[in-house]
Amino acid sequence: MIVVGTAAVVAELDCAQLSISEVNRALRALPEGSAVRILNPRGTHNLAVGLVQRLDITIEGNAGYYIAGLCDGPDVTVQGFVGWSVAENLMSGTVRVRGNASESAGASSHGGLLVIEGDASSRAGISLKGGTVCVAGDVGHMSAFMAQAGIVLVGGDAGEALGDSLYEAVIYVGGSIRSLGADARVEELTDTDVAVVEDLCVRCGFDHIEAGNVQKVASARQLYNFNALKDQKY
Amino acid sequence: MYSEETAQSQVGWQQGVPVCGIVGLHFKNARLDPLLGTLLVPMVDALTVRGPDSAGYGIYSQDVDEGCFKYSLRAPLDGFAWAELAQRLATALDRGVEARPKANDAVLVTTVDEVDFRAALGREAPDVRIFGWGRTLEVYKDVGHPLEICNHYGIPRAAGYQGIGHTRMATESAITTEHSHPFGVGEDLAVVHNGSFSNHATVRRDLIERGHRFDTDNDTEVGARLIADAMARGADLEVALKTVVSTMDGFFTLLVTTRTQFAVVRDAFACKPLVVAETSDYVAVGSEYCALAGLPGIEQADVFEPMPEEVHTWTRGAA
Repeated sequence: MIVVGTAAVVAELDCAQLSISEVNRALRALPEGSAVRILNPRGTHNLAVGLVQRLDITIEGNAGYYIAGLCDGPDVTVQGFVGWSVAENLMSGTVRVRGNASESAGASSHGGLLVIEGDASSRAGISLKGGTVCVAGDVGHMSAFMAQAGIVLVGGDAGEALGDSLYEAVIYVGGSIRSLGADARVEELTDTDVAVVEDLCVRCGFDHIEAGNVQKVASARQLYNFNALKDQKY
Repeated sequence: MYSEETAQSQVGWQQGVPVCGIVGLHFKNARLDPLLGTLLVPMVDALTVRGPDSAGYGIYSQDVDEGCFKYSLRAPLDGFAWAELAQRLATALDRGVEARPKANDAVLVTTVDEVDFRAALGREAPDVRIFGWGRTLEVYKDVGHPLEICNHYGIPRAAGYQGIGHTRMATESAITTEHSHPFGVGEDLAVVHNGSFSNHATVRRDLIERGHRFDTDNDTEVGARLIADAMARGADLEVALKTVVSTMDGFFTLLVTTRTQFAVVRDAFACKPLVVAETSDYVAVGSEYCALAGLPGIEQADVFEPMPEEVHTWTRGAA
């Protein structure tokens, strides 16, 4: 099942011949530092999930839902587009999508870096818990909804209700913002913010974002605590 | 957010995450027409995991004479005497009626219009259901595994210029053939739905007050009849779908087809997925990309997800 090349140690796993579970079991069995190519994904869901080794994984085509979810170690590159919830609950490592991502990209990720080279759909970075989500293009509505910690960088435009009910995560937007969500506000950019964005652009390979010209969105902190007496009518 | 993962363990609906699968093909190049079933069946099969309890298909083909209607009928029992019913209807209506039996179903072909046909059928065979009708549309649906239903009704061999399919995971109403999709409630009109309408009871009451009659207590039937109602008042399909967006509350991705048009729309929150792939030869839609991955020329297709509340319409023969 696993073909080991001679030049570099590159394993190949073919989704046309293996089930999703077989692919993930084979990935889990690889030694630290292995490079592996996943062939013929054809929209397959749940590839490369829950891995804890340092691996260099390339998915050679368009993939489905939950790609690289729950990972804590590997670097994953998708040579195509992905469905819902790529890198959901990511703990560490880099996940790079060469094309567009569907909804909920990087949802609840705790650490690591998710790079979308195209656009991301709605709810990108929803409930972010410390991870970093960088999108070269646009993001859809309700992105960074209830994001608790971490960074969302958007090279293009943001859709409606950006950062609704935001906690301590910070959002940087290179383009326009259709509308802000409840309790989200645009704040003044500091030198530290500019340095953070510059560093992210280098790491992501984004050369189209002017770090000094992005808009910073953070929480106004008015919805932090539930006030039982506020506006009480009963 | 977790719906697809849980769907694979088939407990999705118990956790309150309704999922269904929808697929559709609209050919621009008539050379593909003989391949409609061949291409449609693997698309449905790829989405069986989203809806394993029942399935249905709408097939559009021009295989009857000018002036004829096709009525897609379901008998209450296996082994129904379709030829005999056709004969009785022909006598009652004094018009030719041809029966084309297919498993438990039959397509009856006649020049009789819907109102007269429905009245005559009600007298001659009140237990027989009409699942769809029109000049080109045929509707097949049943409970059970989607692929088995495909084979049972000969979908793999179906030819035509347009086709839709639905795999159902029931959430709002019972698992029966009548509650399955597509809903064919207007001439050559077929509707498949992924999601759930939350105000269907209110809208149903309004439609009943306006004279509409319902076959089931299913939420999708309400959306379908709302579309038929708007179109009967002169709206085109795009306007009818905007009426759905402004009237229906809940989660929905809808695929709606008529004799000449193929259209999709998603709710304001885009809660339910949809992927569209368009080439110079076809428009294909599926709840997930994996349903489209096997289509010819998919690598060169323009692949996108419709934005919330955006109505996308394709018209047969349009440039």
